[in-house]
Amino acid sequence: MKCGIVVFPGSNCDHDVYHVLSHVLEQEATFLWHQGTSLEGCELVVLPGGFSYGDYLRAGSMAAHSPIMAAVRRHAEAGGRVLGICNGFQMLLETGLLPGAMRRNRDLRFLSVDVHLRVERDDLAWCSNYRRGDVLRMPVAHAEGNYVDTEGALDELERRGQVVFRYVDAAGRREPAANLNGSERAIAGICNAGGNVLGLMPHPERCAEEMLGNRDGLGLLAGAVAVGGRVGALAAAGG
Amino acid sequence: MTSQTSRHGRGPEGRFVARVLVYPRAEVLDPQGRAIEDALGRIGFDGVRRIRAGKSFEVALEAADERQATEAVDRMCRQLLANPIVEDYTVEWVSE
Repeated sequence: MKCGIVVFPGSNCDHDVYHVLSHVLEQEATFLWHQGTSLEGCELVVLPGGFSYGDYLRAGSMAAHSPIMAAVRRHAEAGGRVLGICNGFQMLLETGLLPGAMRRNRDLRFLSVDVHLRVERDDLAWCSNYRRGDVLRMPVAHAEGNYVDTEGALDELERRGQVVFRYVDAAGRREPAANLNGSERAIAGICNAGGNVLGLMPHPERCAEEMLGNRDGLGLLAGAVAVGGRVGALAAAGG
Repeated sequence: MTSQTSRHGRGPEGRFVARVLVYPRAEVLDPQGRAIEDALGRIGFDGVRRIRAGKSFEVALEAADERQATEAVDRMCRQLLANPIVEDYTVEWVSE
């Protein structure tokens, strides 16, 4: 699958995503400069982590108005796959492609730690290598990951099953202490109603190889580029 | 979301200056405001009932008339300066 990784001024996880897609998963991957207006035929578009525009104003708010975002929006609205990781998730919220907003972390600290996530959906291509209830370990690195929306909107999100990942403890239990940034409903990742747009704060691209000591994230990126169905060979990556 | 337009500070040749104040919505937890509140208590300021930490922007613009200036600043607020899910904004007009 041809994959495009959008590069904004301040992106710093773009090469990590490129490495996993291109070298680990052996997909055709290319960088797309944020000033461009074409996705160059990419089927998967990744908005990578980093500090686009220095997180000025609100994280992701400036990038949300970059020229390429019009093309990303058209791609998403036509059912194309869009994955936003960390700062990319913040951009998806700021563009309105995903609902909700981010606040500063509850304790105001920049969090750079491994967290545990529970997989809440396994009927999406993104999660085709996981099973519902799987507990994954992934790193987070953010200051604004405290997800919020109105109570009504959160209820709607739950009712439609759009919560894809939640912060849990190592045993998969929802505990306040495991929800480090204070996100409402312990939300770590959500999708749109169609399931083709996914945003999450943790970094799957940083835990996708055995030599890094953790490859729980590989299943997600493999699912992202799978044309359909389960990717059996990688199922073990689901941890 | 509120947008108050008080006295327009109309300058020469259709120039306007707006001061936009953006605050976390009342019902949204404001971790920064809370931290500052706690710090004020620690250094001896009793009786502080609430701190909300916000942002302010000075927008100097040219527009044909007051109505167009008001509309333009309102659109700026909704599209970029504030995130209506978590923030409220007010607009004041000041003289340059």
